[in-house]
Amino acid sequence: MTGTLVEVTDLAVTFPAGDDPAGRAGVRAVDGISFSLAPGRALGIVGESGSGKSTVAAALLDLHRGTGARVEGTVRVDGHDVLAAPEAELRRLRGGTAAMIFQDPLSALDPYHAIGDQIAEVHRVHRPDASRRTARARAVAALDRVGIADAARRARSRPHEFSGGMRQRALLAMALACEPRLLIADEPTTALDVTVQAQILDLLHELRTETGTGLILVTHDLGVVAGGVDEVLVMRAGRAVEHGPVGEVLGSPAAPYTRELLAAVPRVDAVRPRPAVPAPRTPGPPAGEPPLLEAVGLRREFGPRRARTTAVDDVSLTVRAGETLGLVGESGSGKTTLGRMLVRLLDPTAGTLRYRGREIGSLGERALRPIRREVQMVFQDPASSLNPRRTIGESVADPLRAAGGQDGPAIVRRARELLERVGLDPDWYHRHPHELSGGQRQRVGIARALAPGPRLLVCDEPVSALDVTTQAQVMELLGELRRELGLSLVFIAHDLAVVRAVSDRVAVMRSGRIVEEGPVDSVYEDPQHPYTQGLLAAVPVLDPQAAADRRVLRAAA
Amino acid sequence: MTGTTGYLLRKLGGALIVLFLLSVLVYLLFYVAPGDPAKLACGPRCNAEQLHQVRGQLGLDEPLLTRYLHFLAGLVTGRDYSTGTGVLHCPAPCFGLSYQNDQPVTALLAARLPVTASLALGSMVLWLLLGVGTGLLSALRRGGTTERVLTVLTLTGTATPVFITGLLLLMLFCATLQWLPFPSYVPLTEDPEQWAWNLLLPWTTLALLESAKYARLTRSSTLETLAEDHIRTFRAYGLPERTVIGRHALRGALPPVIALNAIDLGTMFGGAMLTETLFGLPGIGQLLVHSVRTVDLPVVVGAVLGIGTAVVLANALADVLYALADRRVTLT
Repeated sequence: MTGTLVEVTDLAVTFPAGDDPAGRAGVRAVDGISFSLAPGRALGIVGESGSGKSTVAAALLDLHRGTGARVEGTVRVDGHDVLAAPEAELRRLRGGTAAMIFQDPLSALDPYHAIGDQIAEVHRVHRPDASRRTARARAVAALDRVGIADAARRARSRPHEFSGGMRQRALLAMALACEPRLLIADEPTTALDVTVQAQILDLLHELRTETGTGLILVTHDLGVVAGGVDEVLVMRAGRAVEHGPVGEVLGSPAAPYTRELLAAVPRVDAVRPRPAVPAPRTPGPPAGEPPLLEAVGLRREFGPRRARTTAVDDVSLTVRAGETLGLVGESGSGKTTLGRMLVRLLDPTAGTLRYRGREIGSLGERALRPIRREVQMVFQDPASSLNPRRTIGESVADPLRAAGGQDGPAIVRRARELLERVGLDPDWYHRHPHELSGGQRQRVGIARALAPGPRLLVCDEPVSALDVTTQAQVMELLGELRRELGLSLVFIAHDLAVVRAVSDRVAVMRSGRIVEEGPVDSVYEDPQHPYTQGLLAAVPVLDPQAAADRRVLRAAA
Repeated sequence: MTGTTGYLLRKLGGALIVLFLLSVLVYLLFYVAPGDPAKLACGPRCNAEQLHQVRGQLGLDEPLLTRYLHFLAGLVTGRDYSTGTGVLHCPAPCFGLSYQNDQPVTALLAARLPVTASLALGSMVLWLLLGVGTGLLSALRRGGTTERVLTVLTLTGTATPVFITGLLLLMLFCATLQWLPFPSYVPLTEDPEQWAWNLLLPWTTLALLESAKYARLTRSSTLETLAEDHIRTFRAYGLPERTVIGRHALRGALPPVIALNAIDLGTMFGGAMLTETLFGLPGIGQLLVHSVRTVDLPVVVGAVLGIGTAVVLANALADVLYALADRRVTLT
């Protein structure tokens, strides 16, 4: 097999500008991208949000057709001129020749139909001669191939009965159902836990070597491409910044932007100096003083009596003044529930919670008020935790008003100071959240948490919705605030590298319990609990050779 | 399905409480309302002694609480009424006898149920065709002539009061064009063809009133589903647009429509009072209007409780249908 599987020349995609019917200039999401892919090879397209990487992936199947977007240049996939192909040819190509594996497996499948039926339906579109029965058998075989246990039975399940990882596997099975020559995976592991992510990436690699299909892997995560592709294309603002073999691009990047990206990626192995300013390890509190926050045997249950689930089970921890406690765990491990109990947004079912030696776990709302000011929370999704109808200044001023004791002008002055403190222009007081980027919105969230003058901030996944470069900036801000204001932090995250970069001590959570706890370096360098060891082994590394070695190790395990 | 059974039982318990409160409310309302049912039942030439006798027969000389307790007991065990000449038995569940003609309320309601049911079910078919059709057209083929005409039609229908739409239709099709008979109810069991012809105008009147709501809901719900990621998945796998819409988009768009429809149908079973009165259809709505005018307390209470039951059941049915249509929903 010679020649090329994919040949993209001068691809440009322009989206019409808003409601303007004249379609002024529009938004040029992709601008002059060219690349080619030989059969059986893999290309990674990497970029931050808004870089146009997913737009390129969609153009390979001309998914922009009929959406009003203007697509220029040429796209050839397996000999077909995709952009000029008539509808029928394009339909055969979609799924038959090139199959797309979508991001967010929760919504990429029809919630109303059984998973096996959906795969069989796609199969029959491309193999019209296949009977219902063969198509179903084929769907079961595909599910079995991607590692769904008891595939014949699970094929009858609906998407909501599958876990996130299983849904992603099902989408892979759908892509395989028609034996395509090219797989296009758009952020295939973004919503998944590290261990599941590693499994899916290993599976993708295995299938590719087994069937010889080409792969285009679109992701924001440099660690994800390191282990899985031959070449990398780095995109920024619709343009190609760098393009070359994976080892070169990640090992000795030529473009400044690539270097910047690489530098911003937090390293779980901490080979390089930490991106967040190395905080001075605060010495313990003066002897005799109780820890800032202390939880003993905390427990939280949810649900009605008969269907009770325990989200947090017998958790004890301490946060000392000025220190950062990292809390890592996969989704469903109970870390968010625990975080909310620490600030008393949720009431513990059992156990005690002491703030500066005083029991607050069962305190009434009125008695709790002064403590609420000292213990604040920063939420994960700044887009939904800020009221879209209020200006950011008002959002920051709200807690000041609630505290009382200050007049209007003084509150506004203080809110502007806080905006400035978190690195925003105080004149943005009157802007609304939608006018801000994700990183700026998270700064507003931090400013709001700082408003009452807290001693302890519980940050729940504060950077997980952000791009790596923005993530590094927000983490740096948190480090700065902590040093200048003498704050203590509880830093909750699923990303092990991020937690290592900011924490003094770390607690690893699994199924509602803390399985391991200790000083951050000793836990990461010498994990004692098998679960922690597994987590650390699953973290993607940036060195392609090391990534391949790890995959072999995981396969052997 | 134990979850569903348990859910229905809980709903039923709630419904009983609602109906109990409703009956108390209606009783109190009529106690304070003006008008003496005995005087009305007795007729225009009625002396004081006759009036007293009628009052005794109707049980109006007893205190309110006693009357209400008798009513509750009658629901469970049935009641016997002395008519002066003999004893009239009213079997359980007994809502009492009409003050006007001594007929058991349950018999009166049962006689009128087929009329109201015919009206409700027939107009439902029409409003679904018109409303869902218009909604789908405007979601899938925005800006076409048919879509615009239908949208204007449904909006006009909703914005115009029933007695105006109905009167206009009557004048046009029965008086001027003489295509249709002036509606008078013919039972379905007697002559299905005449049944349908006679009900066509009432159906249309109600359907026009309801359809705009369905058009709107169908449209927004379809557009919402079409924007979902799984629609993109199937397009990216080369499914023909017809299949994508028919099998995947509609499946997601219809559950809210089904749920709303169940609630509306329940309300309709309470009788479309204006429509029934306007077209002279002897349904529950008409009965209720007539009984209120004649202060026929037992009939009013019976009809109101009947309507209440229909509405409560329809709401529970809507929840169950929604859960059946969308398996991710669990009833609690």
